[in-house]
Amino acid sequence: MTDILNALVLFMNFVGVPALAYGSQLALGALGVTLIFGVLRFAFFAHGDLMAFGTMVTILATWGLQAMGVSLGVLPTALLALPFGAAAAVLAALSADKAVFAFYRKQRAKPVVFFIASVGVMFVLNGLVRIIIGPDDQRFADGGRFLFKVGEFRDWSGLSEGLAIRTTQALTVVAALIVMVALFRFLERTKMGKAMRAYSDNEDLALLSGVDPARVVRWTWVIAAVLATLAGVLYGLDKSFKPFTYFQLLLPIFAAAILGGIGSPKGAVVGAYIVAFSEVMVTYAYRKFAMYLGPQDWAPEGLLQLLSTEYKFSVSFLILVAVLVTRPTGLFKGKVF
Amino acid sequence: MSAGTRIAAAPASLWRGPLLYAGMAALLIGVGVLQGWNVALSILCFGLISAIMALGVNIAWGYAGIFNVGVMGFAALGGLAAVLVAQPPVAEAWAAGGAGLGLSLLAVAVTVAIIVLVRARMARGAARGWVTAALIGAGYAAARAAFDPAVDAIEAVNPASQGYLGGLAAPIVLAWPAGGLLAALAAWGIGKTALGLRSDYLAIATLGISEIVIAVLKNEDWLSRGVKNVTGLPRPVPYEIDLQASADFVARAAALGLDPGEASGIAVKGLYALMFAVVLGVLIWLAERALNSPWGRMMRAIRDNETAAAAMGKNITRRHLETFVLGSALVGIAGAMMVTFDGQFTPASYNPLRFTFLIWVMVIVGGSGSNWGSVLGGFLIWFAWVEAEPLGLWLAGGVVALLPEGSAAADHVQAGAPHMRMIFMGVILLTAMRFAPRGLIPERTGR
Repeated sequence: MTDILNALVLFMNFVGVPALAYGSQLALGALGVTLIFGVLRFAFFAHGDLMAFGTMVTILATWGLQAMGVSLGVLPTALLALPFGAAAAVLAALSADKAVFAFYRKQRAKPVVFFIASVGVMFVLNGLVRIIIGPDDQRFADGGRFLFKVGEFRDWSGLSEGLAIRTTQALTVVAALIVMVALFRFLERTKMGKAMRAYSDNEDLALLSGVDPARVVRWTWVIAAVLATLAGVLYGLDKSFKPFTYFQLLLPIFAAAILGGIGSPKGAVVGAYIVAFSEVMVTYAYRKFAMYLGPQDWAPEGLLQLLSTEYKFSVSFLILVAVLVTRPTGLFKGKVF
Repeated sequence: MSAGTRIAAAPASLWRGPLLYAGMAALLIGVGVLQGWNVALSILCFGLISAIMALGVNIAWGYAGIFNVGVMGFAALGGLAAVLVAQPPVAEAWAAGGAGLGLSLLAVAVTVAIIVLVRARMARGAARGWVTAALIGAGYAAARAAFDPAVDAIEAVNPASQGYLGGLAAPIVLAWPAGGLLAALAAWGIGKTALGLRSDYLAIATLGISEIVIAVLKNEDWLSRGVKNVTGLPRPVPYEIDLQASADFVARAAALGLDPGEASGIAVKGLYALMFAVVLGVLIWLAERALNSPWGRMMRAIRDNETAAAAMGKNITRRHLETFVLGSALVGIAGAMMVTFDGQFTPASYNPLRFTFLIWVMVIVGGSGSNWGSVLGGFLIWFAWVEAEPLGLWLAGGVVALLPEGSAAADHVQAGAPHMRMIFMGVILLTAMRFAPRGLIPERTGR
C-alpha cells in the first residue's frame, strides 16, 4: 500500500504539479491566440514575442521596485510589476494593429497576408526585446521559494517520497484559474463579451446587429496582450525568461489551440492541459515509479523514458498532426474555413 | 498578393529587372572597394546560397501558395548530407554499434509490417486501436533495447574527435544533390500528412517539424556529433594555406599587386562563388522552364482558383505535394552548399529567424511568384542582413558618444546593436508588403 502511495506522490511531484503549472501557462497563451483567431481570423505568429515583450517590461519594473525596496513578502515582486508589463504589451499590440493590421483589414486581405505581416511584427518585437534586455537568461523570481518542501511533506506523511510545491507553481495555477473564470464570465455575461462572440461566430450578422467592429478588435488585442503578459510572467517565474524560449512556446500554444478547436476558448484551456501533461509524461523517466509498483527488489534496466527532454516539442507536434489528420476542427469544434 | 491591391495597369518595365540587378552588383562592388574584396565575395557566396533557398520557397509559395515555415529544417538536413557524404567513415564505431543500429532498424520494420498485417485483418473499432497502440509500444521498446546500447558504444569511440558513424568519404560536391534528396524525402513525408490543410495549420506543422529536425541533429550524437559539431569538412576548392605556399600563386598575386594572404582568400571565395553561381544558374533555368511549361500554367491555375482547377480535373493535392517537395529539395541543396562553404556543421547555429523567416522576407520583398525577383531578394536581403550589423554599431556609436564613457548604459547599447538587424528586417518586410505587395520584380502575368 505504501508503495502505491509512494509511487503516486512521486508521480505528482515530477509530473502532476509541473504539468499543471505548465498547462496553466500554456492555457493563458492559447486563449490569446484563439481569441485573436476567432475575431481577426488569422494565426498571430508574434504571440510568443508579445509574451516576451510584456514579460521583459515586467522584469524591468520588478528590478526597479526591488531597487526601491518594495516587496510582497512571500509572493514575487513581479506581481506588482505586472500591470506595467501588461500595459506595455497592450500598447505594443494596439500599435501593431494600427500600423499594420488595420490596413489589411480595410483591404479585406486574405488570412495569409495577415499571417506574413505578423511575421514582420514578430521580427520587430524580437529585435526590441533583444536590444533592451539582451538574448540571455534572466531570473526574476523572489519571495518565498516553496509552499512546502519535500522534507516537510515526508515528515508530515511518513512516506519515503516527498512532494514539493513551489510558490510560483501554486501562484500560476491560482492566477490562471482566476483569470480564466473572469474571462469566461466576461465572454458570457457582458455586452462586450457577447459582441466578441457574435463577431467571431458570424461577422456580417454581428455587424447588422450593431456591433462596432473597431471596439471588438480593440478589446480582443487588449485581452490577448494582457493574457500573453500574464502567461509570460508566470512562465518566467516558474522557469526563467529567455527570449528564444518564448518564441519556441508558439508551438505548444498553437498545438493547444488547434487541439481544442481554434477559435474556441474552452477548447484552448482543455487543449493546453492535454499538451502539457503529454509533454511532461512522455519525457518523464519512469524507472523509480516502476520500482515502487513492481515486485520487491526488482529494478528495470534503463530509465524507462519514452523520449529525452530535448524532444518535448515533438510531443506538441505529434498531437498537432494527429488532430489535424483525424479531427481538424479540434475537440470543441473550432472553425475551419 | 492581397486581393484588394490594385494591380498597376501597365506591366512593369522590361528594364526594371536588369536595372535592379545592376544596382545589386554596384552595391557589392561598393562593399569590395570600401570593406575589401574578401568581404564582398563572402556576401556574394552567401547571397547565392540565400538566392537558392529563396527560389525554393518561391516555388512552393509562388507557384502553389504553400506556406512553408520549415525552411530551417530542410536547410539543416542538407547540412547533414554534407557530413554523411563527405566525412570519412569511423570503422571502429561501425564495428561497435553498427549491428545494434541495424537490429533496431529491423525491429522498427518488423513492427510496422506486423501492424499493417494485423490492421488489415481486424475490423475497425476500439479493439483495433488498442491492439495497434500495444504493438507500437512493444515495437518501440524492442527498438530502444537494441538502439540504446549501440548508441552508447558508438559515442564511446574516441569521443573527443569522433563518437559518430562518419560518412562515405565521397567528394563533398556530391552532398549537394544528396542534401536535396534528403530534404525532398522529408518534405514528401510531411506533405503526405499535412498538405491539404489550411495554410496557417500547414505553417505551424512545418515550424514544428523544423524544430524537431534541429532537436534530432543536436541530440543524436551518433549521427553527426550533435552539439559537439563536425568541423574540418573536406573542401571542393584548394586551401588558402596551400595557395600561399605555392610560389606560382604568390608570383601571380604579386603581379596583380596583392599580398598572398588576401589573394588566397579571394581566389578560394571566388571559386566557391563560381560553383554556386553555376548551381543557381541551372536551377533558375529549370525553374523558369517549369513555370512556362504546361505544368507551370497548371500550377498557377490551381493557385489562382483551386475550385475551378479541380473542376477541370486537376489533382490539386498531388500537384501541391510536387511543388512542396521540389521547393524543399532546393532548400536542401542550398543547405548542403552552405555547410560546404562554412567547412563545418554546427546544429546549434540553426535559428528560425535567420534560416526560415529571413528567407521569407527575401521572397516577399523580391516578389512572390517571380523567380528572378526571389533571387534578387535573396541577394539584397542577405546584403542588408550583413550590413545591418555595422549600421547598428554605427548608430549605437552615436548614442554611446552621448553617454559617459565606460558606463553600464554605454556597454548595454553597444551589446544590443547587432540585434538592430531584427528590427530592420521587420520594417523592411512590413514596408514591402504595404507599399510594394508584388515585390521588387513582380510576377509577370497576362501573357
